[in-house]
Amino acid sequence: MGEILTVRDLTKTFRLSARQQRREGSREKYKTAVDRLSFSVREGEIFGLLGPNGAGKTTTLRMLATLIRPDSGTALVLGHDIVREPDAVRRSIGFLTGELKLEDYFTPNYLYDFFSELHGVPGEVRGARKKMLFERFGIDEFADVKVGNLSTGMKQKASIVISIVHDPSIIIFDEPTNGLDVLTAKVVTDYLISLRRQGKTVILSTHIFSLVEKVCDRAGVVIDGTMAACGTLPELCRGKSLEDAFFDLYTERTGVRV
Amino acid sequence: MKNGIWTIMKKELTRFFTDRRLIFTTILMPGVLIYLLYSLMGSAIAGMYTPEAGVSEALVANLPASIAGRGGEHSLSFVEIEGADAKQYKQEVAEGGRTLLVVFPEDFDERVADYTAGSGSAPNVEIYYNSSNSGSAQAYQNMVNLLSAYENSIANKFDVNAGGGTYDLASARDTSATFFATLLPMLLMIFLFSGCMAVAPESIAGEKERGTITTILVTPIRRHDLAIGKIAALSIVALLSGVSSGLGTILSFPKLMGGADLVDAGVYGPREYSLLLLLILSTVLLIVTAISIISAFAKTVKEAQTYVSPLMVLVVAIGITAMFGAAAESPVLYLIPFYNSVQCMAAIFSFEVVPVNFIIGIAANVVYTGLGVLALSKMFQSERILFSR
Repeated sequence: MGEILTVRDLTKTFRLSARQQRREGSREKYKTAVDRLSFSVREGEIFGLLGPNGAGKTTTLRMLATLIRPDSGTALVLGHDIVREPDAVRRSIGFLTGELKLEDYFTPNYLYDFFSELHGVPGEVRGARKKMLFERFGIDEFADVKVGNLSTGMKQKASIVISIVHDPSIIIFDEPTNGLDVLTAKVVTDYLISLRRQGKTVILSTHIFSLVEKVCDRAGVVIDGTMAACGTLPELCRGKSLEDAFFDLYTERTGVRV
Repeated sequence: MKNGIWTIMKKELTRFFTDRRLIFTTILMPGVLIYLLYSLMGSAIAGMYTPEAGVSEALVANLPASIAGRGGEHSLSFVEIEGADAKQYKQEVAEGGRTLLVVFPEDFDERVADYTAGSGSAPNVEIYYNSSNSGSAQAYQNMVNLLSAYENSIANKFDVNAGGGTYDLASARDTSATFFATLLPMLLMIFLFSGCMAVAPESIAGEKERGTITTILVTPIRRHDLAIGKIAALSIVALLSGVSSGLGTILSFPKLMGGADLVDAGVYGPREYSLLLLLILSTVLLIVTAISIISAFAKTVKEAQTYVSPLMVLVVAIGITAMFGAAAESPVLYLIPFYNSVQCMAAIFSFEVVPVNFIIGIAANVVYTGLGVLALSKMFQSERILFSR
């Protein structure tokens, strides 16, 4: 299996406002969220980005989704450069993160069609795909209920389906099971596995060890914006549980004993 | 993706036209409210200037024979007072107990007859009244009219416009033109701006605030398609809102003018109305674009509305320039946004459209809108603008 996504020295620095500086107890005007991060993802695998909150996982995924531009470094998604060919990248990925919201006023049904149109999905393909996805996630029951009236789990299901209306070959999910009850979380986890079965490539960020152990072929551990370790699960764990291996790595990197 | 613009427009229009509450507050209410408000104002103004029916009673000291019989035709009845304790009566007028106190000099008739203009001081009649009391003010006016009429009747050297002919040679067309050209440009600008204000901040800053615009931005839609789609859809809604306000105004004018047939929107023909429509369209596009850009800087709808208010004040101030007479002549002035619209409107309403200026005005609006669309597309690519918290 070849590399389908290659990240090279991706770096992103944010300017801190005076208030943020106070909150962080720092006088530094800039904060490096992602620091020369490199990794690659192979076709057809589920790759996990594991790390604590604030490690730079979401920032990395936002750069891959072309929502923000890296300060330096780049990434190739299916051969398309995220900086130079953002449109081609957007066409080939499905991106899901908590900050992408659906308009409360519309129904999942309407939004599915709207986003299909934005992705240029032909009408006949759209209908069949919608039927299949709505059935799979049980959206049929609330397809015509306004998003504003849906529960968190229902909204997340709708968001997932809408992020893949164009049947992308690479799917990037940021914390896809966050805030979901166990039943909905299982639907999502099972779906990730079925995507791999269809030959799709999935990149997911999470801080949940069990999710990585359950679905990921390989994972990278991100600490303070850098890649602390990257490899298959056995390579990462080295005989320990993933959780223990992570905390050892964390202590080694930051000097903080957890 | 060629139909990106249409997809965005469709979504924006669906959002608007399937929401009864929005249709009511943005399109129906402004027109109805303006109509009711102006009609009420009209009847209130009319009521204020309509002479009160009934005869007022005036206290008169030293009532001359020449005046005594003239009260009836001026709705006044005279009550003579003797030995005038003027102070007491004045107090009563001040307190509202009495309407009017008139004090003639003794031997008024003789002194008037003896007096020749320009020699010494003329006999003086003192009329005490209370201007804060509408009855008293009315009676005062009637008394002054009565005395003026009497004065004219005894020393009539010449008349002005005494015949029954029409002396004001202004046609209904001219009167209406002057009236509309003075007032309408400012009102129209306010209505158009309010219409845009009702929808643009919500659609741009609102989508940003709720995080729904990001969901659109991860799709391959071209940023300027998004900008054009939004501006086009918002302009349609804003235009309808503006039309509703405009209709409310025009329909209530007759009532606002107290039923006067001086102004008549019917003096304008298809030419004026089509020019106006063209102008309003380009103006709405420009206003929507300006508000959208300002809204894109804001983090919330509330913040956007605060940022836009200075622009609103500016546009109203520019609207007032139409009240200072004829439309600007220099073509260069028609490059100034908003000012060009106001001046073109004034020119249309006063039948004085200069084609070059009009075309420059419209073209300027279209060019500015185009530049604005480019700016907004750039903003949709800027992470600082989209993700600043």
